[in-house]
Parts: sequence; C-alpha cells; structure tokens
Amino acid sequence: MTAPPLLDAHLVADRDAFQLDVRLRIAAGEVVALLGPNGAGKTTALRALAGLHPLAAGHLTLDGVDLDRPDRRRWVPPERRPVGVVFQDYLLFPHLRALDNVAFGPRRQGADRSAARERARGWLDRVGLAEQARRRPRQLSGGQAQRVALARALAVDPTLLLLDEPLAALDAGTRLDTRAELQRHLGGHSGATLLVTHDPLDAFVLADRLLIVEHGRVVQEGDAASVTARPRTDYVARLVGLNLHRGRADGHTVRVGELTLTAADRVVGDAFVAFPPAAVALHPARPDGSPRNVWPATVTGVQRHGDNLRVQLDGPITVAADVTPAAAAHLRLAPGQRVWAAVKAAETHAYPA
Amino acid sequence: MRTRDTAARAARPARRRPRVPLALLLPAGLGLLFLVLPLVGLLARAPWTTLPQRLAQPGVLTALWLSLQTATLATLLCVLLGVPLAWLLARVEFPGRRLVRALVTVPLVLPPVVGGVALLLVFGRRGLLGSWLDATFGVTLPFTTAGVVLAEAFVAMPFLVIAVEGALRGADPRYEEAAATLGAGRWTTFTHVTLPLVAPGVAAGAVLCWARALGEFGATITFAGNYPGRTQTMPLAVYLALETDLPAAIVLSLILLTVSVAILAGLRDRWVGAP
Repeated sequence: MTAPPLLDAHLVADRDAFQLDVRLRIAAGEVVALLGPNGAGKTTALRALAGLHPLAAGHLTLDGVDLDRPDRRRWVPPERRPVGVVFQDYLLFPHLRALDNVAFGPRRQGADRSAARERARGWLDRVGLAEQARRRPRQLSGGQAQRVALARALAVDPTLLLLDEPLAALDAGTRLDTRAELQRHLGGHSGATLLVTHDPLDAFVLADRLLIVEHGRVVQEGDAASVTARPRTDYVARLVGLNLHRGRADGHTVRVGELTLTAADRVVGDAFVAFPPAAVALHPARPDGSPRNVWPATVTGVQRHGDNLRVQLDGPITVAADVTPAAAAHLRLAPGQRVWAAVKAAETHAYPA
Repeated sequence: MRTRDTAARAARPARRRPRVPLALLLPAGLGLLFLVLPLVGLLARAPWTTLPQRLAQPGVLTALWLSLQTATLATLLCVLLGVPLAWLLARVEFPGRRLVRALVTVPLVLPPVVGGVALLLVFGRRGLLGSWLDATFGVTLPFTTAGVVLAEAFVAMPFLVIAVEGALRGADPRYEEAAATLGAGRWTTFTHVTLPLVAPGVAAGAVLCWARALGEFGATITFAGNYPGRTQTMPLAVYLALETDLPAAIVLSLILLTVSVAILAGLRDRWVGAP
C-alpha cells in the first residue's frame, strides 16, 4: 500500500493559445520535473500551483488540504499556501540585503525580526553564502543570487517547493556547480518538489521522475531511463537524440510508410521504432551483407555535432545520421547528394505506441 | 553633484561629432531663449539697491513662509491620497478605469480659476459638502489657510498621480507575486515591496507636485481669497504688488524664483532625472 501523494493536482487553466490540462501527483521527498518546449504551459502549471494563475477546473490538494476547488469556488490566495517558489530570474527584492530577502518569508509567518534573521542566517549558511548576507542583490553574482533565491524559498519551510527554470539564467560554468549543489538541497527537502525546465540535463540530474508536457498536455511520464530509451514524441526523441518513427508492427517488422524496418523487439499493432543517429551508416551504393534495414536517401543538411557530423536525410523516412568527418569526406557529403542508409536490426528498438 | 554629472556622462557612449542640423538647432535655441529671457528681464529690472530693505518688510517673509507651509502640506495631502489612487489605477482592474484615469487628469487642463469656483461650489459654506461640514463640525474651508492647502492640492495632485502611476507601471509586478508566495498579503506587499520599488517615482511626483503647489494662483485666489498672513501666498502677493508697486512685485517674483529653482535643482538630479 503506498501512502497518498503529498500533492495531488489536476490543473486545468486557460491560456491564450490553448488550455492546460495536467494531472500531477508528487510524493513527499520526491522531485518531479516538468519538461517541455517553450510555450508548452509549464510555467502556467507552476503559477497555478503557487496560486498566481486561477484554475478553471480540476483540483489541487496539498497535504490533505484543498487549495483549489473551482467546482466549489474555493481558491486559496498565494500568501496562504505552504508553497515556496524559486522564480526564473529569482526576483530578489532589490532594496533588501540578501539576509532580509531570506528573512522576508519567516517574518510574514510571524517570526519577530531577530528570530527571522537568525533563521535566514542559518539558510544562507547552508547555501554557503554567510559572507554575502549583507550584500544587496545587485552585488551578487548570478550563481549567488540563485542560491539566495533558493534559501528564500526554503526558509518558509514549504510543503511544496516550485522551481521555474532555476538554472536558465546562469552561464555554463556556474551552471554545472549550481546544478550539483541544487541536487544536494533538493535531496534534503522533505516536501514535494516540482521543477520546471526545458533543459533535459537539468531534469535528468535533478528529478526522480519526468513529466513531458507539450501544448498543455502530458505526453510522456517516467524516470530518466525509460524516457530516454523509449521516447513517444518527436520532441522527446530530439531531446534524447534518437530517430523516432511511428508505424504498424507485426512481430519483428514495423511498417513505417513505404518502408519496412526490422527491429530487435517483438511488437504487434501500433508501434514506435527508435534508433540512435550513430547507428545509421551511410554508403555510396546499396550495401551487401548483414544490415536488414536499407533505404535510399537524399542528404538535406550537414552540421557539426560534437566530434562527428550530423547528416539530415530525406527519403521514405527522414532521419539523422552521425558520421565521422573521414567518412563524410569519403562520401563527399553535401546537400542533394544521394546515398544509401543502413541500420542494423539489433540497434533498432520497437515498442508499443 | 558635479561628480555625479561627470560620472553619468562618462557612462554614456561617446558623444557623436556630426553637426547638429540648423533646422533643429535654430528652433531649439529660440525655445531656450523664450524660456530664459523673461527670467533675464526679471533680473535686469530688479531694484538691487533697495533689495535688502524690501526683503526685510514683514509682509514678504510672511507670504513666503505661508507659501512654503501650504505647498508642503498640500504635497503631503497629495502623497497620502494620490499614491493609493495611483496604485489603484496601476494594479487593480475595475470597470471604468479609463474614465477614472481621465478624471484624475482633469485639473491639469482645467483653468485653475474654474477649479477654484468648483471648489467653492462643493466646499463653500453653502456648497454640497461645505454646508454639512459647517453644520456638523463647524468647519469652514473657504478663505482659510486650510482652503489654500485644499486649492493647491486640487491642482497639484494629478502631477503626483501621473508620476507614481508611471513608476508603478514600470515596476515589475512579479516582485509582488514573489512577495505573495512568501506569505505577504496585499497591504504588506504594498508597504514592504511595492512602495520601496517605486520610491524614486513617488519622490519625483512629490517634487513636481510641490513645485506646482508653490506656484498656484488661480484656484487659491478664487477659493481662499487674498488675506495677508492667512491666505496670501507669494503668487498672490506678486499679483497684488503688481497693481501698486512694480519693484516690490519684481522682488517677490525673484524670491519665489530663487526658492523654487534652489529646491528643484537640489532634488532634480537625485530624483527627477532618469534613473
């Protein structure tokens, strides 16, 4: 028997372009990432949880308390929710020192000035910023501001911690350190945590479970391993770097449009086939021998991709192939070039759609 | 202040050398001349030799002191009422908001004398509110110092409301959302977050408001009359002196000019200028 989740929500909210409709359950101590492209409704979901965007329908229950019940015309205002938010650009109050920014929440919870500051000092110490307590936000670096924002959100001892793209505003170097530190603090948080991000790496590193959102709907859910192995939409496939096609399977073969692909797995009915770009080999002429999946293709683009080149191919199916610069030179790859693409059945994975 | 100026100039991109077109330079120069020449006239015709005696006349200082007092009180009144009004206009969606905003600016375009007449009709002894105030509290406002403050506040309030509303619209409302998620209600958010964020705007509005109140003439003379020591502010004293004693009028004008320029110059760089 599993305990009821700390957060149980069905968020339905109106946006200009579409309606958000997301079901969300987060257990105590669990970190869930809401991952999706820009404009997918992630931030709207976060704002709805914080009480900053009204729910049109659905419900929001946190720790057994109904925070939003539109059908009963019940909406708890943001200031009365046990929720802490780390905003994308932190929104530290510019007129307050770091210490008083963190003490702001405890003060509102009724602590007197010195007790609130004591608590704030403790949190700043935990995020390693005891030295910066007297600085104003504009005197802090991006990474320091992020940690103050985290300390400020945690200082209210929230049942639900919300983080909106917490690393997006940082440069690459700071990001790496801050991500590792954030992981440590999220691990220590006993409440539920929801992280909104468009960066798959943030989601994979920080979250126990991923919810992929597109156009206001959850399109895929699972832990990092299952999401990366079995993407279900083009967006997820691009995120995890896989070629993804949908077709009809009959045993080890999947029919995708005109092409029949042979896969390692056995599936019957509607199915996805996925294979990494590195598994696609290119040949100047139709290859003989082992590969079962061979088709003629036309090169539409060539870009650098790490140490290799990523080749975009058109044909019966559009795929990306990774080839070494040497192979590319040998094949004289250029847009318009006709080649043969081949993928081994052993590297082609099929799973039910 | 000098150093601040130089620092600000150094921070800007290097001044471009290309020649200013004559078509802009000429009207710009004329405009400046038009604004400055009357002040030069005032200085040129000032009775410098008799200045010390004239300044020492009791009526002059009384009028000046009354002007400073009433302008400051009027500004306080405007801040007390105008800042919440500006907040309402900037932050709360309500039907007829555009109409309310238009109404707030009416005193800007209304001739001050008309404003004074309107104030009389409302706060006069037989006015809509005035008769009630008189009957209930025995308070009469017209032709009193309080009436001067009221008249000045009436014409000066729009300056404050417009400045503060602009500052509020420029301030990121997401700071207020952040405050709400930290447990602050609307009032606490207003006093602890919104107000500190727009403090420069409030100060700028208050300075403009004070300057307008200091120079107020039409509404004051209509609503409060022209009683030395009670309702005769500097502009009124200037107007009265003009009829009888031109040099005295010039001296009074000079004082008013000096005081307002000194105070505006002292505050302008700090608050009124661009951030």
